Amino acid sequence: MKKVMMGNHALSYGAMLSRSQVIAAYPITPQTQVVELLSEMCADGTLDARFIKVESEHSAMAACIGASVAGARAFTATSSQGLALMHEMLHWAAGGRHPIVMGNINRSMAPGWSIWTDQNDSLSERDTGWMQYYCASNQEVLDTVIQAFKVSERLMIPGMVILDAFALSHTYEVVDVPDQAAVDKYLPPFKPAIRLTPSDPRAFGGLTGAEHYMELRYKLQKDMEKAPALIEETGREFEKIFGRNLGLVDAYRCDDADFVFVTSGTAGFTARVVVDEFRKSGLKAGNLRIKVFRPFPFAKVREVLKKVKKAAVVDRNCSYGAHGIFYQEVKSALYGEAGMPPVFGYIAGLGGRDITTDSFKEVAAHALAKDKADEEIVWIGVKK
Amino acid sequence: MKKEKKMTLTLPAEELMACGHLACQGCGATLAMRYMLKALGQKTALCIPACCWAVIDGPYPYSSLDVPIYHCAFETAASTATGVKAGLEMTGDSETTVVAWAGDGGTFDIGLQALSGAAERNEDIIYVCYDNEAYMNTGIQRSSATPYGAWTTTTPVKHFKTRPKKDIVAIMAAHRIPYIATASISHPEDFVKKMRKAKDIKGTRFFHVYAPCPTGWKSRPEDTVKLARMAVQNAYFPLCEIEDGDKVTLNLKLKDKKPVNDYIRIQGRFRHLTEAQVASIQAEVDARWERLLKNCAV
Ligand SMILES: Cc1ncc(C[n+]2csc(CCOP(=O)(O)OP(=O)(O)O)c2C)c(N)n1
Ligand code: SF4
Ligand SMILES: [Mg+2]
Repeated sequence: MKKVMMGNHALSYGAMLSRSQVIAAYPITPQTQVVELLSEMCADGTLDARFIKVESEHSAMAACIGASVAGARAFTATSSQGLALMHEMLHWAAGGRHPIVMGNINRSMAPGWSIWTDQNDSLSERDTGWMQYYCASNQEVLDTVIQAFKVSERLMIPGMVILDAFALSHTYEVVDVPDQAAVDKYLPPFKPAIRLTPSDPRAFGGLTGAEHYMELRYKLQKDMEKAPALIEETGREFEKIFGRNLGLVDAYRCDDADFVFVTSGTAGFTARVVVDEFRKSGLKAGNLRIKVFRPFPFAKVREVLKKVKKAAVVDRNCSYGAHGIFYQEVKSALYGEAGMPPVFGYIAGLGGRDITTDSFKEVAAHALAKDKADEEIVWIGVKK
Repeated sequence: MKKEKKMTLTLPAEELMACGHLACQGCGATLAMRYMLKALGQKTALCIPACCWAVIDGPYPYSSLDVPIYHCAFETAASTATGVKAGLEMTGDSETTVVAWAGDGGTFDIGLQALSGAAERNEDIIYVCYDNEAYMNTGIQRSSATPYGAWTTTTPVKHFKTRPKKDIVAIMAAHRIPYIATASISHPEDFVKKMRKAKDIKGTRFFHVYAPCPTGWKSRPEDTVKLARMAVQNAYFPLCEIEDGDKVTLNLKLKDKKPVNDYIRIQGRFRHLTEAQVASIQAEVDARWERLLKNCAV
């Protein structure tokens, strides 16, 4: 069934179709509609779930963890300050191997107070052990929630489905809402091998000495390494049932491209427009939109970029004192391989400033004029 | 012929706590756990945040308890337990009693927000605070449950704690939850009786359990139960219940209320107190006792 809906409601529908059993959430702009719709769904019986109206995001994640270890499918959504408040519990969810799925609306971190988009909130959580999916359309948001539960429950690693504030969260698009029966076939009920129950009394997460801790983390990394293949496999399976592929990256006109933008989130769709324009004027351009940031698709990025002459990474984030964060990852993906293209780094669109087609043209003009990539970080559209 | 002596067990015989745990000798908190589990039985799930009990239970992969335990973050006992209860119910188990089991630091201080949230929503959990009146796990630092006059490593003798203990029971009563009880390891029958009563009540139930700590109080391990009993008998820690926020019942009437001095003087943490300071503690205890009597249902 096709429905016109905002990005936030695409998250709610994803959680509903995934038959989330426990939802614990706390409101924050621009995430509020996610939980408003879910609480309505719980109230009118559309969704058979317990909605816990906690007093903070920290408690939201703690409650999701409790629900998950008890064997229930748990969902939450937040943004920015709320995600930062959860930080301790994000480590807990991943370290404890609880396959919770969470929506995060990318919103800039205060101060100054900003409700508009950039990625520093979610990227600050990159080392917590969560999988991170950056979406570019409402359809992708809904589909990814369902896929994320499947991947997370297979690997017992939590997943974060991420979308830009307003550019997606509050933008209405046509979304093909999958059939519940088909989703049920794709995503079976959550049945963890062990759970918190008196019939099998175990202690979870107790004092762990140096002789055991490292192995627990080694296993987390090893399972994370299985995730790229599993995401592709479950993406193909999804395509068979629903007709839409969900992969690690979205490589647009990259096959024969000389110059490629590397993007994430909704900026990736803006880049496509510029790519088409460039193609018309004879420049063989492409756009590599990275969808999955953790695990980082190193092999896939190498495979796409190795045939390219130049790559320009546009980051909607900054690791202060270093670089744009996608830029760092892309460079490390290519490092040490012969014949890789020079990679240029750009920072744009912080605090919700628009990343327009002109922004991409400015990026291209800069990169195309240089033969060698230096370490310069170029800020697009900044008033100096 | 000699008459056969009959023994009546006043506590359930079932032991859900094994020896081999990691507590100090004379730890009051271990007795508190043992009695609670006797009352609740095996169909119990615990959420234990950072506190001495996070260690006492035993290191991974061991556990000294025969009930499932989720070790949760310091400030999340109430919120994690809320999630566990919801998760169990959504997967078809509505029988298991879910208990959040935290120290005074995890209750009076860092976990108060989550506890208040859970209590206001009347989550169907039992929250037990075992109170040893300081952060013991991290080496005896003051908490807001540390009483007036006590030494801790962050309230050194020259700068001992001059503010009174936070009244957690009054705070919880203000949430108008169905059941609140104080209990002491010196009165196990009373503790078990109230815990069993709580088990059958729906909603948030809160226990404040007095659990002396010889390591942190600089008392003799063999005095743990004695200290707990003294605190009950001198009204330093009276045993009572509060139902629905205002129906107060005194569980142990004190015909012969003892002075606090003897209790204070066998604890190293109060060694520096002058007679006048002890007298001011006595006055405070008396005033609290009078208030409690006034609040009791007649
Ligand atoms: C967020 C956070 N801050 C600080 C700590 C360190 N910490 C662990 S236990 C503890 C004190 C616990 O005191 P209490 O709750 O009274 O339990 P007790 O150790 O006395 O049994 C502290 C400060 C922590 N684990 N987590
Ligand atoms: S420090 Fe105190 S509370 Fe902690 S284990 Fe030792 S005696 Fe028990
Ligand atoms: Mg303590």
